[in-house]
Amino acid sequence: MLQQLFSFKGGVKPDTNKAPSVQAPIGTAPLPRLLVVPLHQSIGGMPNPLVEAGDRVLKGQLIGSADQWLSSAVHAPTSGTVRAIEERVAAHPSGLPTLSVVIEPDGQDQWIERQPLDYQALEPERVREVLRDAGVVGLGGAVFPSHAKLSAAKAVAMEELVINGAECEPYMTCDDLLMRERADDIVRGSGIFRDLLQPKRVLIGIEDNKPEAAAAMKAAVERLGENFEVITVPTRYPAGGAKQLIRVLTGKEVPASKRSPEMGVQCFNVATAYTAWRAIAHGEPVLSRIVTLTGNVEQARNWDVLLGTPLRDFVALGQARPDTNGYLMGGPMMGFEMPGLDAPIIKATNCIIASSARLFPPPAPEMPCIRCGACAEACPHELQPFEMYWFARARNFGKTQEYNIFDCIECGCCSYVCPSHIPLVQYFRFAKSEIWSREREKAMADAAKARFELRNEREEREKAEKAERLAKAAAAKAAAKKPEPADNATPASATSGVDAPVDADPAAAKKAAIAAAMERARQQRESVQPKNTDGLSIAQRKEIAEIEARRAPLQARQTALDTENTEPQRTKSNDQ
Amino acid sequence: MNFTTPPYLIQDVSVQRIMLQVLAALLPGIAVYVWLLGPIVLLQIAIATIACVLAEAGMLKLLNKPLALFLGDGSAIVTAWLIALAFPPLSPWWLIVVGALFAIVVAKHLYGGLGQNPFNPAMIAFAVCIVSFPALMSQWPPVDLPGGFAEHLALVMGTAPRLDAMSGATPLDALKTALKLAEGTQAVPNILADARTFGHFAGRGWEWVGVAYLLGGLWLWQRRIISWHAPFAFLAGIGVLSGALWVVNPAGFASPIFHLFSGGAMLGAFFIVTDPVSGCTTPRGKLIFGFGAGALAYVIRVFGGYPDGVAFAVLLLNICVPLIDLYTQPPIFGMKNK
Repeated sequence: MLQQLFSFKGGVKPDTNKAPSVQAPIGTAPLPRLLVVPLHQSIGGMPNPLVEAGDRVLKGQLIGSADQWLSSAVHAPTSGTVRAIEERVAAHPSGLPTLSVVIEPDGQDQWIERQPLDYQALEPERVREVLRDAGVVGLGGAVFPSHAKLSAAKAVAMEELVINGAECEPYMTCDDLLMRERADDIVRGSGIFRDLLQPKRVLIGIEDNKPEAAAAMKAAVERLGENFEVITVPTRYPAGGAKQLIRVLTGKEVPASKRSPEMGVQCFNVATAYTAWRAIAHGEPVLSRIVTLTGNVEQARNWDVLLGTPLRDFVALGQARPDTNGYLMGGPMMGFEMPGLDAPIIKATNCIIASSARLFPPPAPEMPCIRCGACAEACPHELQPFEMYWFARARNFGKTQEYNIFDCIECGCCSYVCPSHIPLVQYFRFAKSEIWSREREKAMADAAKARFELRNEREEREKAEKAERLAKAAAAKAAAKKPEPADNATPASATSGVDAPVDADPAAAKKAAIAAAMERARQQRESVQPKNTDGLSIAQRKEIAEIEARRAPLQARQTALDTENTEPQRTKSNDQ
Repeated sequence: MNFTTPPYLIQDVSVQRIMLQVLAALLPGIAVYVWLLGPIVLLQIAIATIACVLAEAGMLKLLNKPLALFLGDGSAIVTAWLIALAFPPLSPWWLIVVGALFAIVVAKHLYGGLGQNPFNPAMIAFAVCIVSFPALMSQWPPVDLPGGFAEHLALVMGTAPRLDAMSGATPLDALKTALKLAEGTQAVPNILADARTFGHFAGRGWEWVGVAYLLGGLWLWQRRIISWHAPFAFLAGIGVLSGALWVVNPAGFASPIFHLFSGGAMLGAFFIVTDPVSGCTTPRGKLIFGFGAGALAYVIRVFGGYPDGVAFAVLLLNICVPLIDLYTQPPIFGMKNK
């Protein structure tokens, strides 16, 4: 069947430089002396550490559990001893530290008991949980938890599942080699995604500069009897961007304001599909990934590397040339410079490029924008980068939003073609982060204002209630003084009792209803909101547990007293 | 740690390289000019270049901007060449210098320098000079120019009186004047039959300058330095208006071909309305900008008091650029059906 291809506007064609790293097959990187496994390796919540220093861990043992739905688990990449749980430099351009589990391998590489599952016998929801707990995230570099992408939109039928093997970034070949060598498991993993999403078609997109990978995938699809379509797409950066590949294969344009399932399409990277299959069918969580080591090295190659391997150990495999001046993580278009050799390989690390002044010359001095419009022509999202630049520079962030700055995917095409050598992407990142921080500030100010107003309201209400109670008590006193033995019920008990609604005073009834509603809301909040004891270290938790134990008897007594005092109100709220 | 930023790959392009290609694209036109009038044309270009570069250097120094970086971008030289080619050949040297100074100092640097000028500097120079020195700016030499380089040099340097033989009107002006003098008794084809002034399809000799600019412009388009929108729309603006009037009244109006290859039409189409700084940036905006400038240039040159209308038309459209850009923003990825 002849597949009709669409095209996206813009894009650039830099030299791909992929040849050096595809000469050798995927190698297995040796065990390093220490592994530094950051707990936060995906989009979403920070996993909680489950081990403490001194613990012996097995290969594949959970060391950080997903703390909410949008989060992903982290595992020990090999067996050994936990040396520390501490802040270590992150594989992030900021170079800021992040909570990491430091493991000293024992060299035995001893697995936990693996549990292969037949996913077809499982509830779909259970499959998603297994993927979350196996740490399966988008390995194309975005590290979005995959299980959270595996639900079709309620109102829209899933039409296409796109499996992304385009790999448009220059230098990078990890997906290429993975497809060449492990095509079967990629196709099987895509089958899991297909079964969860129930799309009409499964499209595997591969740039036409990887004929071997495309052939391997085609053969695997045939061998496994699937009806997936392997489609080669023209090589043009950023054809591997999810939105661009979806556009090329399906003709659909997913705007920034929408999620792709709302348009009946979803996209996964080939490596993600591979790890999903290993997780389900072999019980192997994500412990390693394929990383391209290339650039200014003697031995460019792809390696299967344990997560947490320090950059220092990894780059030693490639023998960097003497004029190497740094290491990029990711491709040269969207990657960043690693903050140091201590930073670890993480799930997002698809490629490490040794850089040199020869490969990536320092940028020429920035000139003024001459509005030539080359950036607008190159922009795959058809934005007007020079206008956004103009307003970002002037700190007119409202205007940058009018020019759709949040549709920018920071692919770098605009900077690539700019004759004035303006680091446009930097301006856009700056503008976005400014807008975010202003919105955060505004949200915080709004919340503070709401809290203040609520407190004022509550104080006034309490004052009024107190005055009312006092007045009633005084009235009751006065009534008690009068010799009327026939009437035992005091007015006070009438208002607090079950027959309160019968009371003629509607204002009091309303007040009671409000108070009850507030109490319900408070209880709901408490049950939903995370406690401030989450995300603490093991030692801190132990301490807290001891304190709690001491407090328990006291608290039991206190609770008993409280229950007595607030009995009527509690019964009421429990009725709801 | 050094703070480097992605992308680490940068295309081998620069403002300087763009400007050099624009200069290269002017060479065919200059060659025809020299063939028609002799080496004096090169002297004019040299005067303009020196004046512009000195003015640029002075302003950069005054504004504390990096001298080598900005002088090296070549934008001042492009302005200089456009001024030299837009001004009448054999203009006295000081006329060109006045134009050059005004273009660089006022139109460019007082508005913020490279990339900031709302008006095309070369067209500002032309407009200022034609308003201030209308007689000098209207004197165009005939193509069979008498005298040699020495006589021409004396004219440019102002050491010899300006002779009638050395100056005349542009073909456009000649046509307009002839039509006015004839008061309806002469039809345009008869006037254009005068082989002393008119050639195969426009002014004698000058028509080939237009052809050379066209070739240079097409090369720029092929090199993707300019897009087709503005030049096409500009030529369409002139062509549609002149075509309509010519079809209705061929005796009273010259053909579109005559207008397209006369005056500043071709220079304007490929080297003036394509100026990215002062022109529109969106594709539809470029079309509107180009068409408006072309139509207005035609109206001014045929019905107005000036020999040609390109400069005023472009400047008037420059004023409209922010508005046109604002209303012609193209829809972005994923928002085309909204």
